[in-house]
Amino acid sequence: MIPLSWYLILAAGLFSVGLYGVLSRKNAVGILMGIELMLNAANINLVAFWRYVDSDSIAGQAFAIIVFAVAAAEVAVGLALVISVYRLRKTVAADEIDMLKW
Amino acid sequence: MLINYWPIAILIAVSTFLAVAVVVFGHLIGPRRPSERKAAPYESGMEPIGPGTRRMPVRFYLVAVLFILFDIEVIFLFPWAVNFRNLGVFGLIEMFVFIVILLVGYVYAWKKGALEWE
Amino acid sequence: MTALQVIFLATAAMILFSAWMVVTRRNLVHAALYLVLTLFGVAVLFVLLEATFLAVVQVLIYIGAIAILMIFAIMLTRRVASDDTVVANHNAGWAAMLAVLVFSSLVIIMGAWSQFTTFASPLTRPGVPSNELGQEIVAELGQSLVDPDAYVIPFEVASVLLLAALIGAIVVAWQKDK
Repeated sequence: MIPLSWYLILAAGLFSVGLYGVLSRKNAVGILMGIELMLNAANINLVAFWRYVDSDSIAGQAFAIIVFAVAAAEVAVGLALVISVYRLRKTVAADEIDMLKW
Repeated sequence: MLINYWPIAILIAVSTFLAVAVVVFGHLIGPRRPSERKAAPYESGMEPIGPGTRRMPVRFYLVAVLFILFDIEVIFLFPWAVNFRNLGVFGLIEMFVFIVILLVGYVYAWKKGALEWE
Repeated sequence: MTALQVIFLATAAMILFSAWMVVTRRNLVHAALYLVLTLFGVAVLFVLLEATFLAVVQVLIYIGAIAILMIFAIMLTRRVASDDTVVANHNAGWAAMLAVLVFSSLVIIMGAWSQFTTFASPLTRPGVPSNELGQEIVAELGQSLVDPDAYVIPFEVASVLLLAALIGAIVVAWQKDK
């Protein structure tokens, strides 16, 4: 049998790797990939808590489904922004897209 | 419970083995006589036109976004369809509202001309 | 060590390894392919957690749609997304420190929780034989998504969110061909 702690530690690790990716990646598409990793870590947690703590209800799975919809919407708009910025500025490096700074 | 998944495990094992084996054996026993024509990008036998790293038109992306939208719709539709007899008229109306809202986006993409390929 | 634990540890190692590759690979197409591997590992975890429908959804939505969309976007912004760009910005050291800090504090805080190492009780539903359990769970999920006492509002709001995302993506990215 697998204790709940294994899932939680794995999800925390996946979240931290995603966080590192979001903060350190130069490429905007890479940043979005990091966000996907973080959302997946949250989903692992939701489903693990559903199975171990609250398996009589269906709440954890319903939340996870909503997270899927949110992730799809986020990726669709985020990548559209990346493509649009690329067209205007010929770059997708996040630290070169700084026109609002001055 | 998990024993029900052994066909999937076998499928993964066989496909991994096949993919590795095809590449490795092709590499080991295949004859190699490279020429310039063979190294050129393959364009269905035609002479290659233009650079191979040309950007793709953005339409591909929009079609993919539409695909995501309806993929999610199917995911919501499936658990509803599994027991829609028990959900009654109220469930039917709610799913109708859900689909109509998503169809608005489809009609918008259509009117905008994002689905036309000249 | 039971077989289940071995499967879990192998999957966890695969997830963390490929997640690390996603955030460090220079070539973004390789990073996207490692992302697919990570997402598949998460699907295996869903199977281990007996959330079979979510495992299918994970493969369909994440691998079948989201990862493909990522690869499309990489190809659309190709020249700058290829090998010659620098992977990390100048914040990488701080980012690594923050990630380690978040991980260790999460583990410490969760370790103080009394149910941290709890085990799962068998998944049962009254009056449902075990071979129909998966179908019963999916039916409950459908029930809860249209039930006014459960999640009908998130369900309908999700459709509005997807509509907004679609229209937003078209408005932002669309451009008439010259």
